[in-house]
Amino acid sequence: MSGRFRAPSGGRVDRAKPVRFSFDGQSYQGVAGDTLASALLANGVHLVGRSFKYHRPRGIVTAGSDEPNALVGVGADDAHYTPNMRATQIEIYEGLVAESQNRWPSLRFDVGAINEAFAPFLSAGFYYKTFMWPPAAWKRIYEPLIRRAAGLGRAPAKPDPDRYTQVYAHCDVLVIGAGPAGMAAALAASATGARVFLCDEQAEMGGSLLSEKTAMIEGQSAGDWTAGALAGLAARANVTLMPRTTAFGWYPHNFLGLCERITDHLAGADPKLPRERLWQVRATEVVLATGALERPLVFPDNDRPGIMMAEAARIYANRFGVLPGNTAVIFTACDSAYRAALDLKSAGVAVAAIADLRAAPGGVWVDRARAAGMEVREATVVTGTTGRLRIDSVNLGKLGPDGRVSASETIACDLLLTSGGFTPSVHLFSQSRGKLVYDEALRAFLPGTSVERERSVGACRGIFDLEAVLNDGTAGGSGAAEAVGFAGAAGRAFAVDGDSVGSDGFIGVTPHGGDPSRTRAWIDFQNDVTENDVKLAIREGFRSIEHVKRYTTTGMATDQGKTSNMNALGLVSQTLKRPLPQVGLTTFRPPYTPTTFGVFAGQSRGDLFDPVRKTPVHDWAVAQGAVFENVSLWKRAHYFPKPGEDMHAAVVRECRATRQAVGIFDATTLGKIEVVGKDAAELMNRIYTNSWATLEPGRIRYGVILGENGFVMDDGVVGRMAPDRFHITTTTGGASRVLTMMEDYVQTEWPNLDVWLTSTTEEWAVISVQGPLSRKVLEPLVEGIDLSRASMPHMSVREGKICGVPTRLFRVSFTGELGFEVNVPAGYGRAVWEAIVAAGHAYGITPYGTETMHVLRAEKGFIVVGQETDGTVTPDDCGLGWTIGKAKKDFVGKRSLARPAMMAGDRKQLVGLLTVDPKTVLEVGAQVVADPNQPIPMIMLGHVTSSYWSATLNRSIALALVRGGRTRIGTRLSVPMPDGPIAVELVEPIFYDPKGARLDV
Amino acid sequence: MSDLAIRENSLGRLASVIRNIPSATLAVLPDTAKLLFRGRPAAVDVAGRAFGVAMPQEACRFSARGGRTAYWCGPDEWLLQAGGEASAALFASLDAALAGQSYSLVDVSHRSDAITLSGPEAAYILNHGCPLDLSLQTFPVGMCTRTIFGKATIMLSRPAPELFHIDVWRSFASYVWQLLEEACGEFA
Repeated sequence: MSGRFRAPSGGRVDRAKPVRFSFDGQSYQGVAGDTLASALLANGVHLVGRSFKYHRPRGIVTAGSDEPNALVGVGADDAHYTPNMRATQIEIYEGLVAESQNRWPSLRFDVGAINEAFAPFLSAGFYYKTFMWPPAAWKRIYEPLIRRAAGLGRAPAKPDPDRYTQVYAHCDVLVIGAGPAGMAAALAASATGARVFLCDEQAEMGGSLLSEKTAMIEGQSAGDWTAGALAGLAARANVTLMPRTTAFGWYPHNFLGLCERITDHLAGADPKLPRERLWQVRATEVVLATGALERPLVFPDNDRPGIMMAEAARIYANRFGVLPGNTAVIFTACDSAYRAALDLKSAGVAVAAIADLRAAPGGVWVDRARAAGMEVREATVVTGTTGRLRIDSVNLGKLGPDGRVSASETIACDLLLTSGGFTPSVHLFSQSRGKLVYDEALRAFLPGTSVERERSVGACRGIFDLEAVLNDGTAGGSGAAEAVGFAGAAGRAFAVDGDSVGSDGFIGVTPHGGDPSRTRAWIDFQNDVTENDVKLAIREGFRSIEHVKRYTTTGMATDQGKTSNMNALGLVSQTLKRPLPQVGLTTFRPPYTPTTFGVFAGQSRGDLFDPVRKTPVHDWAVAQGAVFENVSLWKRAHYFPKPGEDMHAAVVRECRATRQAVGIFDATTLGKIEVVGKDAAELMNRIYTNSWATLEPGRIRYGVILGENGFVMDDGVVGRMAPDRFHITTTTGGASRVLTMMEDYVQTEWPNLDVWLTSTTEEWAVISVQGPLSRKVLEPLVEGIDLSRASMPHMSVREGKICGVPTRLFRVSFTGELGFEVNVPAGYGRAVWEAIVAAGHAYGITPYGTETMHVLRAEKGFIVVGQETDGTVTPDDCGLGWTIGKAKKDFVGKRSLARPAMMAGDRKQLVGLLTVDPKTVLEVGAQVVADPNQPIPMIMLGHVTSSYWSATLNRSIALALVRGGRTRIGTRLSVPMPDGPIAVELVEPIFYDPKGARLDV
Repeated sequence: MSDLAIRENSLGRLASVIRNIPSATLAVLPDTAKLLFRGRPAAVDVAGRAFGVAMPQEACRFSARGGRTAYWCGPDEWLLQAGGEASAALFASLDAALAGQSYSLVDVSHRSDAITLSGPEAAYILNHGCPLDLSLQTFPVGMCTRTIFGKATIMLSRPAPELFHIDVWRSFASYVWQLLEEACGEFA
């Protein structure tokens, strides 16, 4: 049998299918259809966890996602371990391993419970007050201790082996919640032909109807009607049923996040399946059918295991066939607990007494309870309970007309069921920015003005009577479909035979007559917040509910106060003697229930975290043992170490080879834009600082682009392929930024220009061949291009063929040596690269990476945008004043350059730095100062932007931006470092071949 | 040296191990000539006549005839694709026909590679990275659009109800392929 407390029959579980699972190392048996909570209760286990702060023994309180106490860790091994799962939502399967949390060494005996003894010191805001002295102790003692104690559950240390996926989906009507209102809405909406999604967080759809035993719908039992309705929905092609799917977040324009749990309930799930799937749903209309949550009554010692919600007990009895105890006492402020009492009694639980807060309860449910022989105590409250790991008795008190409480009796029991009425679940409505309205009669905040295209139906908008709920759902479903544009289906009225339980209830702390400083009435179970904590916060001056919430942490646990918020509000309202709506309501934020990091990460992990852009030469470089670096999304070869070489040795060798013979470098990642049209040169003139009108086809020019603020934004060489066609290159990281900027100008400022832009970054592979022997390497490979000095001077471009494929061959140099950049269609990049390497073999051709490229360009004082510039550098600052076409009427950024501050003489200017000790290599980013002995804060004159060891010069070199730098050339400054200041001499920012003799060969 | 270098598809290596998943099948499309045409309205008609396929005027639609397809990419922008043709010859013939017009023609044959995804679950698989509503009502056969797939930009088109073409820049192709493969895994 599946536990001592399993009724012999009844419920929706399958007693023929036993399921074994373990909890805290002990093996138990449940049955198919059980949750972990129902299976534990069936085995008589109520104690499932220790509370967060005081380590109080805690039991199962609810039967759903509002559960504050029964948080457990699940998973047979560390990799599959998930902490803080609600036992009420975990479906058991064969071999499930679960454990309680926040206890040591065991759940029944927990050392942490010593915190109880210090409770007077651990009240709300204790960490602001208690650990003040001595000040130094906070960092070393208090904070580490508190941090170790804080947090619930244990994060798994191993990587998550499960798959998670994310899918976008669209529907006309999304119905959230598959209780009676949601099912009726889905039936009505889908009857119009609309695409309908119906999601529900539970494994089985049906909501409250799954535990309804007496009401009849259209002459059928609730269970039969539900089965029929779901079968009807499943048969419709335009309906998608999504069980185990929590709508956790509402984002603008009806974009909702739904988390579907796919394998958590399966033993040995198909490894192909994701553990969870994130549905990113764009719904034209949303129907909220999220129901209502039962509110606990707050009274002294209301947190012992065995004290639970009346409706939860009814669900365990009716739906799971589980008796949550032998003898129950009911403490209620509404009729629904009577319905629960009757169902429990018929399931076999003895009901010792019903304590009703109301002075004169009456009506059909009260009459039925009395007729069933239950003792109803009117105007009666619970003043306390006893029992260490499980409740064993309840103290009742009589509530006088003056509000005073007099002790009346003590009743032995192992179950205390409470009900303070129902709170509509307006979380998602509130997330959608809808305005809530307080309803005095229902003591509830209800959806008021909508902001998004949504509507609420059923209990989540305060409609509790089943017949009214079904009809409200129908109206909402067809209304939503109509709003989408589907012809509404004929209105359907459901006939229900059943009695309403009304809408009585209570908010706040029930009168108990105890000394408030000695009793502990728990408002927020999960964060251990008591009546006293809230009152203390108010005494200390917190008035706003948002402040009370943060000071006491009520409602801030993982359940976001589903069971506690209204009672906290009620207590503040009682204490401040201010109407509840004036106290206000805290904000509901996504997610509705805790959601895994895995499902937010989805497929974006490992290789798929980000696109990794590779050039056509990448695999060749990998085979050569290249070390790569990330440049934006690209992988670029950083250097090519030979066996036994470190980076320094490899770079020295690569630099020497390029300066003395020939090097080959993959420049494919450079951004490229083709500018074509009659007005192409005009656009170039307006965008670049340089003048382009005089550039002849077949020639190239280095150009600089400024932002409108006058600061350098990008640079690169540009070839004029024809009078109406330019081939632009940009920096690797700036490609899309430049294209976007140019396209923006063309479309919005100068639509009259006949010019169009096309990104050609990925069309061309760019093979840079540099060094005195580069011409010799390329000459035999090209057709139709004369590479000689006379016919193809520095800064020219020719079209022709190389290795039989078309090329745009640039004669250009970023190294200071004779050099060429071979552009070939990307698909031929690898083949042409290999052909050049083969042809260069005889000349000692050496592949080099970005590090060598940087050293070589720094030796020549060529800047790199983003290294020598940082968004505050003008062309003149970095020595590029010569690129500005003085005769030009205008270009982007020109006006900004005329501002006085942009022309000030003490701006930071690009200079070269030579350390007095040639072996010392400066650190990039280091500050440059005049007097390293000046007391801090020193006057900082500038900073090092590039710094390398130059094998060619056999000394270190550096570039720096220094205030008024050009006037300081020839002087000495200092670079203060932790090991002492480094003396540097300021020089012209060019270290090698200043006349450019090596280029013109 | 005049040996024609061998063209390499950026997906060649990944696509050499295609799993047989009938409900969502991935394949690499053969290389084609691709030209990007942009121009003033007068040039658009000329280009259409010269190409043999009129430039679609409706946003996000493509027209095909023989092996040639014109994809609408923007109000003044079309991608012209010609299967099995040499891009240089196509470029030259269009360029000649367009003489005197205001236009831009750029050879982008190597800029992108293309993937097909076919089968009853194709749209669902695409929705693992593409946020568009891919139902036949809102994304009918004959539609094309630039959109995203995960973190990459793609051009998506639908030649048949259960067939999509994904044109993606070379360096993003392996990411898109792997993300599609990962999503298809559910049906492997």
